[in-house]
Amino acid sequence: MAAHTQPGRPNQLFRNLNSKIASIPMMLTAVVIFLGGTIWTVVYSFTNSKLLPRLSFVGLEQYERLWDTPRWIVSIQNLATYGCLSLIFSLTIGFLLAALMDQKIRFENTFRTIFLYPFALSFIVTGLVWQWILNPEFGVQSVVRSLGWTTFTFDPLYNSDIVIYGILIAALWQGTGLVMCLMLAGLRGIDEDIWKAARVDGIPMWKTYLFIIIPMMRPVFVTTLVIIASGIVRIYDLVVAQTSGGPGIASDVPAKYVYDYMFFAQNLGQGFAASTMMLLAVAIIIVPWAYLEFGGRKRG
Amino acid sequence: MDKSLTMPISGPAISGSNGSRLQAGPQGKRPRKVLSPRNIIVYGALGLAAIYYLIPLYVMVVTSLKGMPEIRLGNIFSPPMEITFEPWVKAWAQACTGLNCDGLSRGFWNSVRITVPSVIVSIAIASVNGYALANWRFKGSEIFFTILIVGAFIPYQVMIYPIVIVLREMGLYGSLYGLILVHSIFGMPIQTLLFRNYFVSLPEELFKAARIDGAGFWQIYFRIMLPMSLPIFVVSMILQTTGIWNDFLFGVVFTRPDTYPMTVQLNNIVNSVQGVKEYNVNMAATLLTGAVPLIVYFVSGRLFVRGIAAGAVKG
Amino acid sequence: MLNNVSARTQSSVSIRDLSLSFGSVKVLENLNLDIHDGEFLVLLGSSGCGKSTLLNCIAGLLEPTEGQIFIKDKNVTWEEPKDRGIGMVFQSYALYPQMTVEKNLSFGLRVAKIPKAEIDRRVARASGILQIEPLLKRKPSELSGGQRQRVAIGRALVRDVDVFLFDEPLSNLDAKLRSELRVEIKRLHQALKNTMIYVTHDQIEALTLADRIAIMKSGVIQQLDDPVTIYNKPKNRFVAAFIGSPAMNFLTGELAEEGGRAVFRTNGVSFSLAGYDASEPLKAGRKVTLGVRPEHIKVDGDIAGGEVHEAVVDIEEPMGADNLLWLKHAGHVMSVRIGGARRYAVGAKVRLAFDMTMASLFDAETEERI
Repeated sequence: MAAHTQPGRPNQLFRNLNSKIASIPMMLTAVVIFLGGTIWTVVYSFTNSKLLPRLSFVGLEQYERLWDTPRWIVSIQNLATYGCLSLIFSLTIGFLLAALMDQKIRFENTFRTIFLYPFALSFIVTGLVWQWILNPEFGVQSVVRSLGWTTFTFDPLYNSDIVIYGILIAALWQGTGLVMCLMLAGLRGIDEDIWKAARVDGIPMWKTYLFIIIPMMRPVFVTTLVIIASGIVRIYDLVVAQTSGGPGIASDVPAKYVYDYMFFAQNLGQGFAASTMMLLAVAIIIVPWAYLEFGGRKRG
Repeated sequence: MDKSLTMPISGPAISGSNGSRLQAGPQGKRPRKVLSPRNIIVYGALGLAAIYYLIPLYVMVVTSLKGMPEIRLGNIFSPPMEITFEPWVKAWAQACTGLNCDGLSRGFWNSVRITVPSVIVSIAIASVNGYALANWRFKGSEIFFTILIVGAFIPYQVMIYPIVIVLREMGLYGSLYGLILVHSIFGMPIQTLLFRNYFVSLPEELFKAARIDGAGFWQIYFRIMLPMSLPIFVVSMILQTTGIWNDFLFGVVFTRPDTYPMTVQLNNIVNSVQGVKEYNVNMAATLLTGAVPLIVYFVSGRLFVRGIAAGAVKG
Repeated sequence: MLNNVSARTQSSVSIRDLSLSFGSVKVLENLNLDIHDGEFLVLLGSSGCGKSTLLNCIAGLLEPTEGQIFIKDKNVTWEEPKDRGIGMVFQSYALYPQMTVEKNLSFGLRVAKIPKAEIDRRVARASGILQIEPLLKRKPSELSGGQRQRVAIGRALVRDVDVFLFDEPLSNLDAKLRSELRVEIKRLHQALKNTMIYVTHDQIEALTLADRIAIMKSGVIQQLDDPVTIYNKPKNRFVAAFIGSPAMNFLTGELAEEGGRAVFRTNGVSFSLAGYDASEPLKAGRKVTLGVRPEHIKVDGDIAGGEVHEAVVDIEEPMGADNLLWLKHAGHVMSVRIGGARRYAVGAKVRLAFDMTMASLFDAETEERI
């Protein structure tokens, strides 16, 4: 567009000026906040900033301390457990629901509305509801006990060993509707003739799904995976609402660790180091995906 | 097995007038039982899933209508024996957070004061920006846009503190304006993408014709693009309204207790350690906080789905 | 509507009183059709006429609301597609994208637990016939459109069935490939001698491939005949207008009698109907439409005899091999096809004569052929 300058032409900078003015917020956000802010945080993660950010570098000391902190280890373990299970379950449940919804059923809209409404709710609301349902004194445990199984125990939110599963239940409730929607869109995008061809070939439905449809939906799966994964790394509100990280520090997660160190423990350097680790985790997810998605062909 | 043949409509009838050509044997639709194994599996599984998804909503409603004595006696799934709206009133007007005891209404109005301007500002910026990116590309515009989209994946925790410093320098830290700015910044990637893709999908000839007619950047935007893009504005409004209303992290970092949004206040009410736990009030408060996005969701229906799908798939 | 229920013994596919409606929308109505063994039948019509719906019913991919379908004298109305003895080729090829060509061909057979040796034999045979052996290890994404369609045909071929169904198989290809594959399909039919049912909206495909064409409109077969009859003796005005490019000329007027002979009169000008093969007496006064194809109007030097009229050149459209003249006469503008080398100036006077042996007369009311 703006290839060669001819004599008498106005300055390049002022070409398309209105468009540039309209893009100023975007440019500022992209450069100052996203790029600048990230670099700033990474740089200060190598300092010993406490209450206020200070540029006195201490090398990798913050990171060493971070990986020596049991609370961080717990939060990483939680994230790993929660992340793996959340990925597996939301993809499986989401796909199964989508496949069921794709059977030309009646009341499809009703079912979709039901499966998706939790996604409209905040993590705070989600966490508080499930906190109440999983309350051992009044919730599921007490109801089952009152039915006769008096030794029945199901108190994930009060048991450090399984507290992360309690959070998982709530997160799946909130998020699988979205996965279902994405998968359903993917299923609907598949050429109807493929189904017909498979029927003429006499391929049973489950084999058609397994060997033809799912492989065809690889891009949808990858995109969904990236969306779920980047949500997993961020998980914060849900834990705060449902368990406040408890019992003790049993359900702590990295995002909460960062927040607490930045705004309560007044140990900014630790917070920066931990958040840099989060950034690293996201990069590990995003970079291969971006490479696969955009690497082969020209920028799209 | 058969994917397309599903509706349980039974029984063919021999066509009355000229059944002469027909022979004995199968004719017309294959008879199908309503209670075929396939239907039982499909509808059974969907029904069970639906129950799982509905239970929390049901429990919230039921609990919020019970009195505390009943809650202590009964189980959380039983319907209220005596319906009381007391918890709702209390949640709205009397629930305590710290020293304030004026209920969730304060948080509600704070959230309204945060959400409305944030939605307007962020959509205004993003729509113009998306239009510039779609129709008026300039050298480097795609690079900035790529940074913006990649930035959407960066955990907020990485950028929060620098923003705190910037806002403090600008004198906006802790004020509603600061939070509005933050929401506009973090809503920008998805919103800009949404608008850019929409404007790209409009026929380019329209834009070219307008340019030949002598219209400029703003004229084309206001006279031609805006009138054609009502649906995408609605989609992006839905997305932003629910997103900003549901935000917790930015609310807690960038506001002070008297300007806390509803989610933050709700969490403080329910998870406060002092006092006797009033579960019915908690559930009423939770429902009240969820009500706004739920209403948006139920009213907008398909548009909501379109919004999250567009946002998610491209994000 | 159609005859020949008696010829059922040799028919490969028969359709009896078939109706299909989606809710209150009737897509097919009381349709009867017998397709002979080894016949190439083309279902022709514009989009939405029900031709693909009919094909899907035959395949068992759609359930008819009423009626029966027989394949090889077996009532298959309630059978699964795989049990009907059919193979099908789709417009979008519908190849399984993650599988190699070889897997695409053999997948259905492997699922049906056919012995490995037999599968190999069939794949080898199909790929030999279609000359796709070099492609067997490739994935569909690495093939051109024409190659993909060949593989799709191969997938029908390996099923070793009696009836092939084609659902607009060439519509996604460009013009050149389309004509190439058209020839190949014809060759394939000649080699295999299977029954083939072919759906298309392209009249050239229909005319070149078919033993018989069934022209459909709003779920009803308008005419079922061999291509020559369809072209020269269209049963009604719809068929006449649908087939032929450039389209047939239609002149509205009425029948009259002049000197004891039947004539067609329009806007005060009379055309002798001598030579027209009418199926009923031509009664004077009847309102009719005369249909003449552009190549059946002779101009100047081409006129071999008969009644000659004089017309004025309105416009000329040279098309290479042919030249299409638009002539004004008797208040009508009609197109005439002449050799590409013969050129006329606009406004020039020409002599013309209708070849009435090749013309069609339709009742103005019923639009049926007289």
